[in-house]
Amino acid sequence: MLDSIKFKLEVVVPEVEIPKEKWTGRVREVKIGGKGRKEVVVGGATAMPFLDFEGEIPNPPRVAVEVRDDPSGFPPGLLSSWGDDVVNDVGSWAKKAAELGAEIITLRLTSAHPEGQNTGVEEAKSAVDKVLSAVDLPLMVIGPEIADKDNEILVPIADLAEGQRIVLGNCVENNYKTIAAACIAANHIAIAKTPLDINLAKQLNVQVSDIGVPLESILMDADMGALGYGIEYAISIDERLKLAALMGDSVTAVPIINHPGPETWRQKEAKVSEGVPESWGGYDERALYWEELSATSIIHSGADVVTLCHPKAVEYIKSMIAKLMGQ
Amino acid sequence: MALTGIQIYKLLPKTNCKECGYPTCMAFAMKLAAGQEDLSKCPYASDEAKEKLSAAAKPPMRAVTIVTNDHQLTTGAELVMYRHQKKFFNPAPLMVRVKDTASADDLNETVEEVGNYSVDRVGMTFTLDGFAVQNDSGDASTFASCVESVKSKTDMPLTLIATDPNSMSAALEKVGDSRPLIYAATKDNIDQMGQLAKKYSCPMVVKSSDGLDELAELSEKASGAGVEDIILDPGDRDLHNSLVSFTQVRRLALRKFEPFGYPIISFPGEGASSVEEEVNLAAQHIAKYANVIVMDSFSPAIAYNLLTLRLNVYTDPQAPIQLQSGIYQVGSPDEKSPLCITTNYALSYFAISGEVEATGRPSWILVVDTEGLSVLTAWSAGKFDADGIAAHIKQFDAADKVNHNSLILPGGVAILKGETEENLPDWKILVGPREAPGIGGYFRQNAQIWEG
Ligand code: B12
Ligand code: SF4
Repeated sequence: MLDSIKFKLEVVVPEVEIPKEKWTGRVREVKIGGKGRKEVVVGGATAMPFLDFEGEIPNPPRVAVEVRDDPSGFPPGLLSSWGDDVVNDVGSWAKKAAELGAEIITLRLTSAHPEGQNTGVEEAKSAVDKVLSAVDLPLMVIGPEIADKDNEILVPIADLAEGQRIVLGNCVENNYKTIAAACIAANHIAIAKTPLDINLAKQLNVQVSDIGVPLESILMDADMGALGYGIEYAISIDERLKLAALMGDSVTAVPIINHPGPETWRQKEAKVSEGVPESWGGYDERALYWEELSATSIIHSGADVVTLCHPKAVEYIKSMIAKLMGQ
Repeated sequence: MALTGIQIYKLLPKTNCKECGYPTCMAFAMKLAAGQEDLSKCPYASDEAKEKLSAAAKPPMRAVTIVTNDHQLTTGAELVMYRHQKKFFNPAPLMVRVKDTASADDLNETVEEVGNYSVDRVGMTFTLDGFAVQNDSGDASTFASCVESVKSKTDMPLTLIATDPNSMSAALEKVGDSRPLIYAATKDNIDQMGQLAKKYSCPMVVKSSDGLDELAELSEKASGAGVEDIILDPGDRDLHNSLVSFTQVRRLALRKFEPFGYPIISFPGEGASSVEEEVNLAAQHIAKYANVIVMDSFSPAIAYNLLTLRLNVYTDPQAPIQLQSGIYQVGSPDEKSPLCITTNYALSYFAISGEVEATGRPSWILVVDTEGLSVLTAWSAGKFDADGIAAHIKQFDAADKVNHNSLILPGGVAILKGETEENLPDWKILVGPREAPGIGGYFRQNAQIWEG
């Protein structure tokens, strides 16, 4: 039955001309590290993520790995992937993370949280010291995200690492002056964090730079929820910020940082191994994919730095980034 | 892209004869541009005007439907590059590939497992969307009987994968009235595959093995021959190249490059060196422009992850998934049962109702209309406050439902306790845990309130 009646029509195919966006903007490059520490450069793109046929993507998104001085907020399923001996010492944790391919260490000073151990400046300094001496990677330090406490402990830390261009977070709407000033004094990088709103993100970048942090020393965190917990908002905010930067809006042209790892491990899918529907699948597999997909989505939307938590997520996401960069 | 009033005006006769019912051609043109009038009302419109207007009105990407007895799976018809510009409309179907070289037992198992898979999220049930059956044996009758066997076990939509038109033809004879997706017409077999697509009224994939020029050529050839429902396979498989070519194809579609005005199909397993990479590629494809995704790997964890991502990406950015306000029941609560309060954001409601259900204690949940915002977001935006809570308590007669007059607030808004107590003097305002999973422990610790 397949005796070939040939198609009669002669087709004239219009030639495929690949349309290229002619962006005028460029995301600033921010150098993290230095003065004895390894240096990584983030940002610099003149095109949307990985679209290197119409612009430059000089630096891949960088993978930071989160370590905590009080790990108790992380679920056992995550902690056991590092080992108890490792997670009870931030230095060992950072070292292991470096061995597994971390490009930046994110130290979250969870022990300082007023509702937790409520530790003070000395403990914070000692945690930072341990990480600084354990690894030569660039460092990011984030406080417990309680305004007064952040101010109290982050300022002495800024002094401790003077000149090493660590990333300090977070500067937020009503609490940016102290941390920004500490960054200026010790030549560090400030994270400007806003809750999923493009105008607030712009405004805070302006405020932080107005008091003297150069835009070359700002990373913006427009916040995110994990997969299933608001990631669609983060995807769109990151895309809009990146598009605005490429269209030439100078104040949004700073690299974007997101924390898909810690956002994921807060959520039930990554925390709970028993008593959940069978359709959620096996715990280890489900939790790891939850982190990977949160990271993958946000990396494709414009994140320039992502913080991850699970050793395997680091491996898979780094391999994915290398391939996206055409390596 | 729609034409502006001025562009349309230039195509009209400009005689202002008024026969269309408007005083001037310009006035009529403005109505046309707004989509409020039809060009047929102007008796003097030229063929050129008709053609340009209908081309402009044509959607940039065709909707393609795969049909079985009970299912109609529509994909495509997307209008934007980025979801914030409008929204993504037709969630890309996720199919799972099976091969005709698999043993009957393996095939049965996969079809059963995938076919029965379903997961609930935010009050909705999600399933996978079908199977792609591949002629791996190269043999037509083996393929036909494999397709027949899959068809006998499931009514889910199918994609038929074969390079040999004889195999395709043999399989199509076994699918009855359903209209599976034919995969694929290539430069070597497009004549025969195209005939099959027409004979069986099936949608058909055109697959390029050599870049976008060849893809355009195949697409034009298929549509020129009368195949209307086309799906594109640009041929790129790896993370970098699939992102680039899918982006280019979507972009060209939106710019009305007609050969690309169709959905895209992807095979993440073919570009991946591990299951993890396949899943990452699938995630890329969900967000970046695939309209049908054929997976090689299946597990409940993979399915749950990908279906959740797809739900998120395809959510209308203007309208979070939300419920109506009201008092909801978990189990069969009575006047002694706990009463919780939350917002009408589906995620917030189902987080707490799921945990309440797991406690085994029947309960009431009062859902406040916060325009679909979560607890903390709504509180920050002034849409979940003491006045609103009091108003909802009254509107839904909560006092008639329970005799203990106590209301459990989410821990995240403990700050509302005082003011809510002022607004509701007869009520005892309790502060529950911050995260929903804490509710079980909270119920146990405070059991005397509901038992006493
Ligand atoms: C996604 C998101 C948004 C989305 C909205 C999503 C939505 N539909 O609600 C958008 C982008 C629109 C948004 C906007 C804003 N946001 Co917002 N947003 C988030 C984000 C990332 C996730 C929120 C979420 O969906 N969580 C998941 C849901 C399920 O959580 P939930 O409702 O709280 O429910 C949990 C618990 O409360 C509990 N629970 C729920 N009900 C009940 C009931 C009982 C009885 C109990 C016991 C427990 C319980 O169970 C759930 C799971 O455990 C968070 C930050 C983050 N990473 O969490 C910020 C966050 C909530 N946003 C915040 C802010 C400030 C805003 C804005 C005001 C910013 C601005 N100025 O524009 C706006 C306001 C919106 C407006 N003006 O319309 C702040 C709130 C700060 C605070 N309260 O301390 C947060 C915390 C970010 C931050 N760190 O600053 N946001
Ligand atoms: S009928 Fe046609 S030509 Fe006459 S006024 Fe209307 S648009 Fe112009």
